[in-house]
Amino acid sequence: MSECCSGTQQTTIKEAPPLVPASIDPSAYIQKAEAGLSQLSLIVDTIHCPSCIRLIEGNLHKLPGIETARVNLSTKRLFVVWDETLTSATSIVKTLDDLDFPPTPFNPELISNAGEKEDKALLRAVGVAGFATANVMLLSVAVWSGTNDMGPATRDLMHWVSALIALPTVAYSGQPFFRSAIAALKTRSLNMDVPISLAVLLAVGMSVFETLQSADNAYFDASVMLLFFLLIGRYLDRRMRSRAQSAAQNLLSLRAIAATVVNDDGTRLSLPVESIEPGMKVAISVGEKIPVDGTVVLGASEIDTSLITGETLPQVAQIGDAVFAGTLNLTSPFEVMVTARDDKTLLAEIVGLMETAEQGRAKYVQLADRAAKIYAPAVHLLSALTFVAWWALGDGGWHLAMMNAVAVLIITCPCALGLAVPTVQVVASGLLLKKGVLVKSADGLERLADADAVVFDKTGTLTEGKPELFNRSEIRDGDLELAASLALSSNHPLAKALVKAVGHDIKALPDIHEEPGQGLESYIDGQRIRIGNKYWCGIKKEDESISNEPVSELWLTKSVGIPVRFTFRDKLRPDAMSAINLAKEYLSSVELLSGDRSSAVKMVAQELTLSNWKAEANPKDKINRLEELTSENKKALMVGDGLNDAPALATAFVSASPATAADISQTTADFIFQGNRLKPIIEAIGIARKAKILIFQNFGLAILYNTIAVPLAMAGLVTPLFAAIAMSSSSIIVTLNALRLRLSEKDT
Amino acid sequence: MTALAILIPIALFLGLVGLAAFLWSLRTGQYDDLEGAAYRAVFDEDDEDMSEVTKEKGKKL
Repeated sequence: MSECCSGTQQTTIKEAPPLVPASIDPSAYIQKAEAGLSQLSLIVDTIHCPSCIRLIEGNLHKLPGIETARVNLSTKRLFVVWDETLTSATSIVKTLDDLDFPPTPFNPELISNAGEKEDKALLRAVGVAGFATANVMLLSVAVWSGTNDMGPATRDLMHWVSALIALPTVAYSGQPFFRSAIAALKTRSLNMDVPISLAVLLAVGMSVFETLQSADNAYFDASVMLLFFLLIGRYLDRRMRSRAQSAAQNLLSLRAIAATVVNDDGTRLSLPVESIEPGMKVAISVGEKIPVDGTVVLGASEIDTSLITGETLPQVAQIGDAVFAGTLNLTSPFEVMVTARDDKTLLAEIVGLMETAEQGRAKYVQLADRAAKIYAPAVHLLSALTFVAWWALGDGGWHLAMMNAVAVLIITCPCALGLAVPTVQVVASGLLLKKGVLVKSADGLERLADADAVVFDKTGTLTEGKPELFNRSEIRDGDLELAASLALSSNHPLAKALVKAVGHDIKALPDIHEEPGQGLESYIDGQRIRIGNKYWCGIKKEDESISNEPVSELWLTKSVGIPVRFTFRDKLRPDAMSAINLAKEYLSSVELLSGDRSSAVKMVAQELTLSNWKAEANPKDKINRLEELTSENKKALMVGDGLNDAPALATAFVSASPATAADISQTTADFIFQGNRLKPIIEAIGIARKAKILIFQNFGLAILYNTIAVPLAMAGLVTPLFAAIAMSSSSIIVTLNALRLRLSEKDT
Repeated sequence: MTALAILIPIALFLGLVGLAAFLWSLRTGQYDDLEGAAYRAVFDEDDEDMSEVTKEKGKKL
């Protein structure tokens, strides 16, 4: 477990030791704190339970010079302030590694703080509105209960104190709504915030007017309560989204580790990836994710490009070959010259395709906005009608007409409507988070509920993207152990699969030599032992007629004896079958669309009983297929992980990526699912559908409420007391209805 | 009714104290980690033997 870089005090010059896949040098991310101390922010994504807090903070505090070590369990981040003259940054990382909490440094300024600030501003607005609601209500209750025996002077006092509280509150807490309403009006459209702002402002304005005339009724309580309830809804909505955002940012930061730049004089320097410029030379150690796009200038190695191409087997990179950020160096260290992203790279092509795809995507109108489009004009019309009718027919003059018109605006209660969508979505996202599914886009759940087809990528989505020994039964234990003891020192996926197949501890052979792209070699008692591809092991092509089988293979040869053949195949995710079955139950069409070889795709399709599959599809083919589905009026869910899937993810009606996916895919996808299970993302369809039903039920409840309350308000029968009760009870009913989603998921 | 002249300011003052406390807790970052805070309350102050905790964790994994 003590497999980390440190022990050394060096921070700027670092020779990456071999066999250290998790080595991290955080020196590029250290920032100066007050009083000569240093600070470092780390993501520790294996934090999962309360005892982790204790373990990490307790052990870090044992190091000399640690001032603060604070774990945030919600965001899985760790913040350390310490004295660098007493403890090096690497020994902090080493301590965490030893505890099995490998950290990833990140720059807190780059991870957007704007969202966090808005969160806090919204929470402050909720706090102020809450305070005001409680206090104004205190005074209002006194007025209502004292209708008969309270003198006009006292009542006026109560109203004036209420105004004193309500006016600043509306000015402060109402801002989120006013701003959004103004923005909508500027584009000559209506959203839910227009009637809300109007109701709040008119209610306060009218109340001040009434108070000046020392009238009986004022609506100060209604206006601040309206703000309070709606702000809660808005805060929940935001919090759900920022939670998913911070989790997504963690995932992305896990890639952006520092790059080791090689200067002209041969010295090495660890720099954050953001400050790498084209033309720099970067050293890539074994097991490292390649941080930049570049051309190999020194050395040769094998590279796991499964994220880019969907291909499971490693590819050889030699001098002059292009390598892409996000791929993994497997066998030996090499150096690359950083290239600018010119138009010819694969990445540039993918980005181009994505841009076109995103432009072509029809803009989805959220349910809440669609409701607002009907609701807002209807409310304004009713209110105007009330005013005109009372003015023309009643004998109370324009004053009474105005009172009743405002009562209609208040009583139509945007509360229930404003809470209808966010409450359900918060509950649904919470359920999905427990299953390891992050909802990234605001309207993702609504679109997922409408999906009726699914398109899966193969490598890394249906499969784990890791090979597994296939012909274990044909191989003698001795051979397997020998091969595994040789393979132990290699990072090659096939070698790793061999070691895994043994299942118990094995000893590594001494003096192992690894030839990139070929295999491994060692000597026991003067006898040469090799594992690797068939050329490396001296097997002639004609020897076997099975080379067309869709499997990867390794050979083991000794100086004497028959060569042994190991075959491997990409392992399906453990729940791939049940996920496909569930998908068939929910959706009308399930298909497989892969960039991999036809034979490999066919095998997976057969195993999963999928009749609808297509292989060797390039990013463009994938887009075409999805557009075809759209033209057939199907709303497709695309599930994929590779860079080659990114344009397809952007084209699809709704999209999902595993947490292991390429950066660009994760950024594009509406959902991200963690862990090695596939089923949760399909189960999410069920939850999204239930959520949609509940949202419609909530709309129904709001309409039902309005059909009772609006006629009363138009008839002029509504008092402030009635408004207060109606408003809070309808909000509570809508919230309780949303919580039913939790109950219905408990049984499953 | 003179009681009101005292009671209303008292009510408002108490409400404002609550609001100030809320804003202070928000500014000092006490709402940043709602999940972690729930558990910190049950931790003992004195430093327990961490190696034991490590073992327990090993078993779980």
